[in-house]
Amino acid sequence: MSEHLLSLAIWVPIVAGLFVLVTGGDQNAGWARKIALVGALLGFLVTIPLYTRFAPMHGGMQFEEMRPWIETFNINYHLGVDGLSMFFVILNAFTTLLVVIAGWEVIQNRVAQYMAAFLIMSGLINGAFAALDAMLFYVFFEAMLIPLYLIVGVWGGQNRVYAAIKLFLYTLMGSLLLLVAFIYLYFQTDRSFEIADFQRVALPLAVQGYLMIAFFFAFAVKVPMFPVHTWLPDAHVEAPTGGSMVLAAITLKLGAYGFLRFALPIAPDAAREWGWIIVVLSLIAIVYIGLVALVQTDMKKLVAYSSISHMGFVTLGFYMLVDGAPTTYGVEGALVQMISHGFVSAGMFFCIGVMYDRVHSRKIADYGGVANTMPKFAAFALLFAMANSGLPATSGFVGEFMVIIGAVKVNFWYAFLAATTLVFGASYTLWMYKRVIFGDVANENVAALKDVNAREFAVLAVLAVAVLGMGLYPQAFTEKMHASVDTLITHVKTSKLP
Amino acid sequence: MTLASLNLVAALPEIWLLCATSAILLIDLFIKDERRDITYALSMVTLLGAAFLTVNGFAWTPRVAFSGMFVADAMSDVLKLGMYGAVGLMLAYSRSYAADRGMYRGELFTLSLFALLGMMVMASSTNLLTLYVGLELLSLSLYALVALPRDSQPATEAAMKYFVLGALASGMLLYGMSMVYGATGSLDIHTIAAKVADGSANHTLMVFGLVFIVTGIGFKLGNVPFHMWVPDVYQGSPTAVTLLIGSAPKLAAFAFVMRLLVQGMPGLMADWQGMLIVLAVLSIGVGNLVAIAQTNLKRMLAYSTISHMGFLLLGVLAGTVQGYSAAMFYAIVYAITAVAGFGVVLLMSRQGFEAERLADLKGLAKRSPWFAWMMLFVMFSMAGIPVFVGFFAKLAVIQAIVEAQLVWLAVVAVLFSLIGAFYYLRVVKLMFMDEPSDESPIAVKLDMRILLSVNCLAMLVLGLMPNRLLVLCYQSVGHSLGVM
Repeated sequence: MSEHLLSLAIWVPIVAGLFVLVTGGDQNAGWARKIALVGALLGFLVTIPLYTRFAPMHGGMQFEEMRPWIETFNINYHLGVDGLSMFFVILNAFTTLLVVIAGWEVIQNRVAQYMAAFLIMSGLINGAFAALDAMLFYVFFEAMLIPLYLIVGVWGGQNRVYAAIKLFLYTLMGSLLLLVAFIYLYFQTDRSFEIADFQRVALPLAVQGYLMIAFFFAFAVKVPMFPVHTWLPDAHVEAPTGGSMVLAAITLKLGAYGFLRFALPIAPDAAREWGWIIVVLSLIAIVYIGLVALVQTDMKKLVAYSSISHMGFVTLGFYMLVDGAPTTYGVEGALVQMISHGFVSAGMFFCIGVMYDRVHSRKIADYGGVANTMPKFAAFALLFAMANSGLPATSGFVGEFMVIIGAVKVNFWYAFLAATTLVFGASYTLWMYKRVIFGDVANENVAALKDVNAREFAVLAVLAVAVLGMGLYPQAFTEKMHASVDTLITHVKTSKLP
Repeated sequence: MTLASLNLVAALPEIWLLCATSAILLIDLFIKDERRDITYALSMVTLLGAAFLTVNGFAWTPRVAFSGMFVADAMSDVLKLGMYGAVGLMLAYSRSYAADRGMYRGELFTLSLFALLGMMVMASSTNLLTLYVGLELLSLSLYALVALPRDSQPATEAAMKYFVLGALASGMLLYGMSMVYGATGSLDIHTIAAKVADGSANHTLMVFGLVFIVTGIGFKLGNVPFHMWVPDVYQGSPTAVTLLIGSAPKLAAFAFVMRLLVQGMPGLMADWQGMLIVLAVLSIGVGNLVAIAQTNLKRMLAYSTISHMGFLLLGVLAGTVQGYSAAMFYAIVYAITAVAGFGVVLLMSRQGFEAERLADLKGLAKRSPWFAWMMLFVMFSMAGIPVFVGFFAKLAVIQAIVEAQLVWLAVVAVLFSLIGAFYYLRVVKLMFMDEPSDESPIAVKLDMRILLSVNCLAMLVLGLMPNRLLVLCYQSVGHSLGVM
């Protein structure tokens, strides 16, 4: 069993998705939901041993699986996780489970296809995180777009088609350059698509620069970094609640993970030479996008901008270099931030979804005094808002704090600018919270609100436990990633110039 | 010429097809309209027989016949199998379409089979004359097929355009061939290759001829700037014929390019590579850009074909066995995808209604989810999104050109396929995200449903397991070129 854990993590949701799909039309929606729930639960359960059996002292790949896939191109079905990727497989399976529950009654139209799309996407994303063969990664990375496109385009809001096509084309643009980069590396490594071989091969600085551009386009779009972030607010606003949750919690992480797995180790000298560009863009994202978030009138848009700003921390953490390598604090802080943001943003989007299902508006101005009619909900929302602002004892604090500590070692001004997020983040999140939740009951819509039901309560409670748990005991996460981060930093320190 | 040098066994599939088609031509005269299914069954038996003979006679070593004018090698055998499949599917898909439109007559079958014979001859020729004869047999059958609904104005117009431009292209090709003959004194492609290699052929004259030959090839493949006939013919032809034009002849055209350029003039590679780069880049660019502006599904697929043929040329111009086999893989994959795509259009059409506007696909996912999913497979495969096989076809081609040190070409190709992705996505959008404007259900017989499902699932299965076909293409090209 143990040697097939990753295959199970990939294929259990996909097979479950296919089963859901064959239930057919909406007359069998009940079955579709039940099968989807069982599939998502099984998919989550098979990922848990990845954590419990993970050897924390081992910096290399674990749970490896290897079999040839396309011999002609030397593409292998090679899977494995290390401390950098293991958590995201689990986080993804976890989020998928929540998404299935979140869409339980909300989605009434083409239920089977909705559930199937999420399950299949979940399997594909796991594949991308677990792939150790670059072409296998690419296949998963890109195939994932198909269900995502359908989710946004079919079950989204008013302007969903525009958002879906924008999302697809933006991400495809980046990944096509990635494809050329991979093929180039394939010939440089004597016909191998192994990521490990890519990381080892010596490359001249100019080539590393070109590769870094290709990687940048592929992954910066996904993260998304300033200035290629504009698809994200559109996609988030139009996506159904489940789509926003997965988008924010998981697919953005795939971009950041790409930087860590490909861009940094394959082009470390280029990172030393041009990494400052990424640092600058990250700081712009943190400060400028934080200010943009402040003026939003649409709650989903506000959280979307806040995601971009938070992801700025992640790329900052990866590319702040001391002695030619990222700092342990920076990388681990960024990883913690990625996981934490997965919980927090999923929680925030779910909260907005809960209100939207009742009032059918995302405008802040349409709310006010929600705490009067939905006290339980208001309490949960406060926790996620605090976590989003980076309050200590919540998960949001740990990652940001670690990155800022790392930044102080590099450059005072990096740290200074990064720390402004503690002000801006708190302002836009808490100000939105104040306008929506506090005050007098604003209108009859709000007056008629019913508090969360058992299903919604369950999702909120699970996410709240995760946020608090991670905030109180982050070692549970950092101790498993430590060895892998060290391996990475040692690797990046060594010049790859021929 | 002795009987041994004829070596008729090598040409057994062609001989069988010729005899059987002639027999069908005669038998059909005595069949009443309502019993036309007999002709259909006989045609299918003919195809199965040809497939059996091809598989049975398969060998890696080339078998030469007709004193070196004809060769049955691994590459031609594999391509022929693809052609049988495409023609067989075309006849199957178009049954009720043709019956509804008064085209379900002997001509449809015999002309399609004669076109197939022409393609087979093209795939197996090692002599400029047999190549030309095969090409003309194919073209003349297709001209007649396009004009089959003789009272239809668009079809007649399309046939006329096709004929005039096709004749012009044939003229160009013949002129080029005559130059080559003048320079080398031979019509045999191996002799031509030898004369070019030892320098006894006049280089200027050869290049002059080459320009005309490449022009002819460009016409037949539908490469920009010789593509003007493609959209009009695709749109004007009855969809059944569009399916035929869009699928199997591309396999024959690939063989044609291989025989003429790769086997016939390897010494002039530096010259034809440059010309093909121009054709390929223009085709990929113009095809993808103009497809965006189309409102007619058949016309959009026509421009998409143009861009795909550009990709096919990319593989050829890489100039390596990897490149040629990538192009062959691309051609086969393209044929499977195109048959499925036009198959959907065919099966969606009803009496008096051609489902050929893009708007006819609106809300298809609600009217018939099965159709919508099949078309989704086709579109994502054509767009080159994994895990559909279209991605691996593009991957193989791009890999070959990167290996040939043409990285810039790879970047151009992928950027244009990004633009191409837009109009494929739009089709998916129409099917899944728009409300249907026409609620009438789509009635399709179960056997056609199964056939189309197999056809479309093949794109997924080949995408999950492309290795066998890739190896087959590589080995057959390698053995046919004598480098293995």
